[in-house]
Amino acid sequence: MNKTVNPTDLQLDDDGPLYAARKKVYPQSVSGSFRRTKWGLMAFCLGVYYLLPFARWNRGLGAPDQAVLVDLPNSRFYFFFIELWPQEVYYFTGLLIVAALTLFLMNAVGGRIWCGYLCPQTVWTDLFYAVERWVEGDRRERMRKDAAKGTITFRRAGEIALKHSIWLMIAWWTGGAWVLYFTDAPTLVWQLLTFQAPMIAYIWIGILTATTYIFAGWMREQVCVYMCPWPRIQAALTDEWALNVTYKYDRGEARTSLKKATDLRALGQPVGDCIDCYQCVAVCPTGIDIRNGPQLDCIQCGLCIDACDTVMTKIGRETRLIGYDNDINIHRRQEGKPPIYRIVRPRTITYAALIAAVGAVMLYALLTRSLLDINVLHDRNPVAVKLSDGSIRNAYTVRLLNKRGFDRVIAIDADGPINATLHVVGADSVTQDRPMIILARDTTTELRLLVTAPAENNPEKSVPVHFRVTDIGLGEVASATDHFVSP
Amino acid sequence: MTEHSDIDHVSGRATTGHEWDGIKELNTPLPRWWVITFYLTILWAIGYWIVYPAWPLLWSHTTGIWNYSTRAEVATDLANLEKIRGDKMVALGAASLEEIEKNPALLALARARGKTVFGDNCAPCHGSGGAGAKGYPNLNDDEWLWGGSLDQIMQTIQFGARSGHQKAHEGAMLAFGKDGVLKKDEIVTVANYVRSLSGLPTAAGYNAAAGAKIFADNCASCHGENGKGNQELGAPNLTDKIWLYGSDEATLVETISNGRAGVMPAWVGRLDPSTIKALTVYVHSLGGGK
Repeated sequence: MNKTVNPTDLQLDDDGPLYAARKKVYPQSVSGSFRRTKWGLMAFCLGVYYLLPFARWNRGLGAPDQAVLVDLPNSRFYFFFIELWPQEVYYFTGLLIVAALTLFLMNAVGGRIWCGYLCPQTVWTDLFYAVERWVEGDRRERMRKDAAKGTITFRRAGEIALKHSIWLMIAWWTGGAWVLYFTDAPTLVWQLLTFQAPMIAYIWIGILTATTYIFAGWMREQVCVYMCPWPRIQAALTDEWALNVTYKYDRGEARTSLKKATDLRALGQPVGDCIDCYQCVAVCPTGIDIRNGPQLDCIQCGLCIDACDTVMTKIGRETRLIGYDNDINIHRRQEGKPPIYRIVRPRTITYAALIAAVGAVMLYALLTRSLLDINVLHDRNPVAVKLSDGSIRNAYTVRLLNKRGFDRVIAIDADGPINATLHVVGADSVTQDRPMIILARDTTTELRLLVTAPAENNPEKSVPVHFRVTDIGLGEVASATDHFVSP
Repeated sequence: MTEHSDIDHVSGRATTGHEWDGIKELNTPLPRWWVITFYLTILWAIGYWIVYPAWPLLWSHTTGIWNYSTRAEVATDLANLEKIRGDKMVALGAASLEEIEKNPALLALARARGKTVFGDNCAPCHGSGGAGAKGYPNLNDDEWLWGGSLDQIMQTIQFGARSGHQKAHEGAMLAFGKDGVLKKDEIVTVANYVRSLSGLPTAAGYNAAAGAKIFADNCASCHGENGKGNQELGAPNLTDKIWLYGSDEATLVETISNGRAGVMPAWVGRLDPSTIKALTVYVHSLGGGK
């Protein structure tokens, strides 16, 4: 791959600019199995993103009936049958861990599948390219039109305007769909149409319209190459077994033109399959030459495979000169051994097991999630108070959580070796010496709880106290342990 | 720049000429938009100098063309806070003390507001949690010099004790020793008698009958015949386990000899009525309120 370099191209003297001008990429349209997969995944991802806010889920009276909703004002997150409170943020931690491990697993199995097929940057850039191709034509036409910059015709100006308006419309609806996840979607759509939506909605739509338009329309592959940390990270996560989009140079080299190759073959001389047609470069959305080997700029979308397969079919050679392959097989083929693939190996098993383990823990936590909860905080100033009759009193700040969608009556008990009496400041009622509290639905309630131990039961120092709350109607119980302290 | 025109033979590209452990760095210039963004941030910073206060001068600073000031911002925020608080504090002012305690929303508001005001105004003497100190009552317990009902607490907060306000609680412990009313040995005797009232051990050989006599003659008028105290006069109950200044003999002798007259300031006029209400409810809810 040694190229002859003309030193004047290298901007070596001080007069040269401090930057490298971007070389615009003009990906050519291509068809094939990977392109079809990409279309399918694009439709799926965009479909989910744009339509999910409109999915409904009946949660009963007074609760939102949007399937996926981030309810910031009320600090709740709803996902179908799941309702999460802010203090249950560990579910999101779990979700992020699973997401990271899934990314690792995908990487160990098939390289940067995420980059090539699923990453929002890829999906939207691909969509924007499709629009550009539809308005301005394919690679050659676009290159020709861009080259003729000086002579902008009326028709050309119209094309540019049309392209950018379609881009902006997509970007605008992308920002709009984002906002729909944070409030009741149909209501907000109506408010947006009648210009009555809250200012914050317009601001966020504006921000996301701008980012989508700039990232997918203008920055494109530069986001992947210059901004995204994932290519750098994934290089450390891959191994020789991972399938990557690979140019099989053992088969392709020495490359030569189709005519020369035919001649040489006729003479029985060894020659590679690559005919140097540059179709793999023409279709590449990041503008690289896959034949230079694995490289950071390659997002592994597989479009070069489709392009190369088309050419190979046309010239009657075997397809998959470029294909998903691992590092081992190139050397094995050179040694005349059959290729081997190993999806199941310690690395993938480990990732899969970790995903299963974290998933199981999350599922367990979700299924056994308590709908009644109590947190107790011992007052520290003062820790204990001596009353006039010699008894000792400790005060606690108690937070009760009612995660059910209805009000309920709760009794509070304190079990311990001190035979204490309880008093709740502002208690609704007291039945059989138990303070009774009405917990409003789907809220937390903070109480000041006073625990008094009679003089004859004064503990020497600190003794444990178990606080128990009981739902009088359902019998649901939650408890917490703290200490009772003597001065 | 000939020393930089070193070309990497693998990639065919120029290197920066820097070399570490035999590894050379390719000269990969930044993309144009990135460089432009960098220059824009510099312009942005210059814009900041012009718009906002930025440069310290010898005795002042550049004020910026917007006359921005964090202090003014805080003042605006505080004014807005008062406005936001307005309705709720009005509701607090309109409700009676008992109503506030029975209404969870008002109780939470009063306790939150009361805690803040307590920290600002009361904590220096009574402690941040109201635990008190020697000479400054613990507000968490159930011993009240001037009464622990909601109304009595509010009365005390509003006008104080011996504060100089005309509605303030008056009444002081007399200085029986300094004023020559009781002799030293009589004071020791009555101090032991007072200890016996709350079940504390007395000194060996102390004359209980003499103590009772001295008490009846000098102390019972304020503290009551049984030493149960009198909240009208702020005379503490001497039979319970709580002692404002301490219950050991030396402290009692000191108290009886020189008297006590701690001062609680009047807060009326310094705190607005609804704030005093919130403070009352907060103190009452500390646990000792009757």
